[in-house]
Amino acid sequence: MRITYRDAMRLAIRDALLADPRVLLMGEDVGLYGGSYAVSKGLIDEFGPDRIRDTPLSELGFVGAGVGAAIGGLRPIVEIMTVNFSQLALDQIVNTAALLRHMSGGQFSVPIVIRMATGAGRQLAAQHSHSLENWYAHVPGLRVLTPATVADARAMLEPALADPDPVVIVEHAALYNIEADVPDGITCDIERAAVRRPGSQMSLVTYGGSLPKVLAAADLLAAEGIDAEVLDLRVLRPLDFDTVAASLRRTHRVVVVDEGWKSGSLAGEVVARIAEECLFDLDAPPRRVCSAEVPIPYAKHLEDAALPQVDSIIAAVRQVIA
Amino acid sequence: MSDFLLPSLGADMDTGMITDWYPEPGSHVSRGEVIGVVETAKGAIDLEIWVDGTIGDLLVKKGVSLPVGTVLATVTEAGEAASAADGTGADFPSPDAAHPAGAVEPPTIVLGPPPLARPAESRRHVTPAARKLARDLGVDSDHLVGTGPDGSVSMTDVERAHTEAGPPASAGEGPPMDIRSAIAAAMSRSKREIPHYYLAETIPMDAALDWLASANGGRPISDRLLAAVLQLKAVAVALRDFPELNGFYRDGVFTAVPAAHIGVAISLRQGGLIAPAIHDVADKSLEQLMHDLTDLVRRARSGSVRSSEFADPTITVTNLGEQGVETVFGVIHPPQVALVGFGRVVERPWVVDATVGVARVVTASLSADHRVSDGGRGARFLRAVSERLQRPEDLDIPPRRSST
Repeated sequence: MRITYRDAMRLAIRDALLADPRVLLMGEDVGLYGGSYAVSKGLIDEFGPDRIRDTPLSELGFVGAGVGAAIGGLRPIVEIMTVNFSQLALDQIVNTAALLRHMSGGQFSVPIVIRMATGAGRQLAAQHSHSLENWYAHVPGLRVLTPATVADARAMLEPALADPDPVVIVEHAALYNIEADVPDGITCDIERAAVRRPGSQMSLVTYGGSLPKVLAAADLLAAEGIDAEVLDLRVLRPLDFDTVAASLRRTHRVVVVDEGWKSGSLAGEVVARIAEECLFDLDAPPRRVCSAEVPIPYAKHLEDAALPQVDSIIAAVRQVIA
Repeated sequence: MSDFLLPSLGADMDTGMITDWYPEPGSHVSRGEVIGVVETAKGAIDLEIWVDGTIGDLLVKKGVSLPVGTVLATVTEAGEAASAADGTGADFPSPDAAHPAGAVEPPTIVLGPPPLARPAESRRHVTPAARKLARDLGVDSDHLVGTGPDGSVSMTDVERAHTEAGPPASAGEGPPMDIRSAIAAAMSRSKREIPHYYLAETIPMDAALDWLASANGGRPISDRLLAAVLQLKAVAVALRDFPELNGFYRDGVFTAVPAAHIGVAISLRQGGLIAPAIHDVADKSLEQLMHDLTDLVRRARSGSVRSSEFADPTITVTNLGEQGVETVFGVIHPPQVALVGFGRVVERPWVVDATVGVARVVTASLSADHRVSDGGRGARFLRAVSERLQRPEDLDIPPRRSST
């Protein structure tokens, strides 16, 4: 069935609501408005306002309510409009959801799924455009997922809800309109990174909204004879480094593409692990393609210039492959 | 005073190992003198010195694999006032860091400005993976040319060096280098880089063989001339009009060499072959060539070929006639640009003046580098070789040295 990434998320939520009466969706405008990105459109009509709950404009409050519901036995899916506003809920996510199993000596777990949009590229200016998912990838106690394909959008929610601990799902807003054929009954391994394109000369490691750009770059590189492997990290925490290392042992060269800022980025974590564990497999210095370290600009040409693009990815590959 | 460096004795030589060293420190050496033996992938080669002078101590250890260009000793040339080894006068320590610890520095008096200290070589960038691979393959990664990012030595560079050089002996008491690997490297490089074209021509040999029979008539068996010598001479003389077949192709540029130093392919008893040069073939009498050929084959098989004979063949001639084949299409030995092959002399029906008779003929072939020459010129060259062989008596006269 050919569906969009947005459809895939909606179908996944609907399946979860049908499968388990403890599941509910809550967040700003998820009900009557149908969701800021129209993911939950129509669900309130099918499941009613108890299970599709519009919340006040208070991230700390409604994420806290979700954490309480999870402790109390429900399986809440909490939607935060974007990762930029999730900062307001950091205390509930980091200090409560991620730590409660530890703080309670194992008496309580928090089986919550928190969904949020991330990323730039749609001229929404600095306060709506940043990629802060690496903040969550920093925190023990959380699992952080970044569905980058329609299939993963369709299949990640079920195992995320099955996880007894909090899961953050970060959806790049530029992906909602991509389309793909997704077979019924598709599943997703939320432990492992995915090889999206096998290749032999070069590893391109990325995740989320940068995946389509990296695949496009790999196609152009293939046309000039550079055979690049594309890895989708898919799980930012706990990071599946084995898949990265296995790729690097074959290709000996790596470029990491990450829409976050370079300083303190997830790309930095990947490269650091490569340096620690794969140094003797490296045949060229690793490179990172990240966003310029500026607030993401509003103006289209400036926004484009600030983000990783196909051209800048290819340029980085050329530096590495010489 | 000059440094005597480990020479490159062929395009495929990157390393060598000194196994013998004859001169005492401070002794006099003369140009052309064999002062030691270097073990290379092609076997043991006598090392000649190209200056007259006084030589210092051997600065490297014997039996250790060394990169080409390593300073082996210093030589104070005749005419320079001071002896390099008389132990008097000012003492300038050599700036060359390659000298092993503990080697005795010959004290040196320097007239004129002191030698400039070489700038410390900046640290070579060898990627970690390349360094590991080099260790595994026994390649010396510190002396490779890097083609990776920022000129770093990459795995590709190590692999290339490994393929081209063959596995060099490990440091210390290494096993002898493998001639098979050296041939593999040189021939692979040839077929990878050189666009060969091939031509063949059947050459009547009656005139040459008849002349040879009469010329050999009065000689003892040991002094008899072989047809191979006539062929070598015919090739050498013909080459004077075909400079594009005689020389070296290096780094995209062909350099013609006026003299024909013909590499003679010699099969070794232990397997493999080498093709050291007979120098200035066009300028030598047949008798001299016969002597040189016999001597070269003997020395090649006993492993005492001279370094200059290895370093500079300008073309190769291979003669597989004694093996019974009629035609040989050879593989060019880089950086040369041509190879001439001769097969077996056979009797064939042959038409002369509209009459079929029996003639002794040989097939001569040319493998040549299309980057440098074209088939038309190659064809005329084989034609010229054929014509020279029809007038064998002319080949016996040392031609005047070409003014070019």
